[in-house]
Amino acid sequence: MANLKSTEKKTKAQAMGMHTEVLTGRTQQKFFNPDEAENFYYFGTYDVDFNKRTNLDVKDMTAAEANKEIDNLMSQGFGTIVIKNPQGKHSLGVGILNKLNLIFEGSLGYFGMGSCDGPTVRINGRVGWSCAENLMAGKVVIEKNAGSCFGAAIRGGDLICKGSVGARTGIDMKGGTIIIGGDAGAFTGFMMQRGRIIILGDVGINLGDSMYDGTIFIGGQIGSYGSDAVDSELTKSDQDWLKRKLKVAEIGENFDVSKMKKIVAGKKLWNYDNLEPTEKKGAI
Amino acid sequence: MCGIAGLIHRGKSSKVGHELQGMLQALKHRGEDSTGYALYGDTDGKNFIMRFKVGENVGEGSTSISEDVSVYDERKKIVDNYLLELGAKIIKQDRILPYSLRYEIEYNKKDLLEFSQKIEGIPGVEILSMGKSLEVIKDLGNAKMVCDRYNLDKVVGTHAIGHARMATESGVDIKSAHPFWGYPFSDVSVVHNGQLTNYWNNRRALENKGMRFMSECDSELIAVYLAEKMRDGASLEEGMKESLSGLDGVFTYFVATKDSLGMAKDTMAAKPLVLYESDDLVAMGSEEIAIRSILPQEIDTYDPFDGEVKVWQI
Repeated sequence: MANLKSTEKKTKAQAMGMHTEVLTGRTQQKFFNPDEAENFYYFGTYDVDFNKRTNLDVKDMTAAEANKEIDNLMSQGFGTIVIKNPQGKHSLGVGILNKLNLIFEGSLGYFGMGSCDGPTVRINGRVGWSCAENLMAGKVVIEKNAGSCFGAAIRGGDLICKGSVGARTGIDMKGGTIIIGGDAGAFTGFMMQRGRIIILGDVGINLGDSMYDGTIFIGGQIGSYGSDAVDSELTKSDQDWLKRKLKVAEIGENFDVSKMKKIVAGKKLWNYDNLEPTEKKGAI
Repeated sequence: MCGIAGLIHRGKSSKVGHELQGMLQALKHRGEDSTGYALYGDTDGKNFIMRFKVGENVGEGSTSISEDVSVYDERKKIVDNYLLELGAKIIKQDRILPYSLRYEIEYNKKDLLEFSQKIEGIPGVEILSMGKSLEVIKDLGNAKMVCDRYNLDKVVGTHAIGHARMATESGVDIKSAHPFWGYPFSDVSVVHNGQLTNYWNNRRALENKGMRFMSECDSELIAVYLAEKMRDGASLEEGMKESLSGLDGVFTYFVATKDSLGMAKDTMAAKPLVLYESDDLVAMGSEEIAIRSILPQEIDTYDPFDGEVKVWQI
């Protein structure tokens, strides 16, 4: 394991100021190094033309067949794909690893848009549980409501639901932004580690329970706070960022962000930096 | 895992057997050890319909002990004699399968406790449902298999709830299959998705109060729990609200009565439920694809929140 504290030579990324964190934990991994970028091949990516557009009716397809056909269309250079009749099918649009305009004319079931990295997606309907789980980058917009575990473990990108969402929104998220136009259920931000969640409406019980880090902004009423979730001061910088984000997200552009509540981790539960996983187990 | 589905038509009847079959078949990936239907059919409301079994389906996958059909015949004879003793008159009887029967009976007493205790006192006999509208049909296999076996496709009624079961905590048999009748209340049925962690504590307390359990399936507790609350004078909705704190664990359940359908979700919202509500129809299921099987057009659905209880009337 590299001891990054004692490394004298900075990587290109650090020299550019991309990573300013002081990494102290013994379990920290080395970041991706752009110096070695040319050696990487990102499997399953294609050069697509956004002006090349096609429709795909998935009414009589299984999820696997539909996803395979989306992949096939991307390999042919189609950069804008409109999916007709998704009819609540599970696992549609998963594993897309490049830029793509994807539009669903209808609702998705569980695990829609899971493990994606880069696409811009608009879902003109509702989504079921675990939408966009593990999203790395890109933008996913849901026009109606969403189920539970919305944006579970996302690492990056923007995930926007214009309606209301179920429980455990942003559970275990490690980056990115989740924006909800309506209300959210219990355990929102449960064990989140980084990133930001914005809820314009009310939120259920145990908000931010056991969160390690990250920030939650709430516009409405809070059912109750979870363990170690605490209020923090809403700064001018926060308000500016919220306004920009809501405008870009096409949601709540005129919302009065000055009255939002800001919730962060109290960081009183554990000292994660100084404990190895086995030691944490002992501490419990 | 299990899947549940339910629907209620407001102000009209429909082919609820066919509709529920479609909804449950869409959920078959959540479990097809057994499937059960609680159908509230159109009847004249004069006589009771008793669905009961005199044995188990011992087909492939069953955890039940094989018995000869002659044993079923003997049990049926005893049931017939006991009905006479109770003052019940059999108007019509159908033996749908060697172990599964449907009786239409004239019985004028309101309290079904004595009636049920006597019939179920016969070893191997269980009343699956008793009501003037309710019929519980449950057996091994997926929704289509059970629907075909019992010819449920043409049942017309106002509302229905059903369950596709993946057996986890009790056997693959009819007695552990859902829905459960809210014994001894006429026309009450329950389906459940989840796990109840204070099952034995509640069961012991309820048994001490005179309630009966037929299986070791934790879901049966919900039916018995609500029945006991209603016996003590609570309304269905009050009983359901009390269950949110009285039952421990993760659960989403539906309960139906002669003229209503309700849902309850635990305070952690750990089990899924998608709901569609309009002026003339409420449809709900563990997954949206269940609702899509009867409403393929684009519709607005939502997930009820944690600790939510809702009841609809026909």
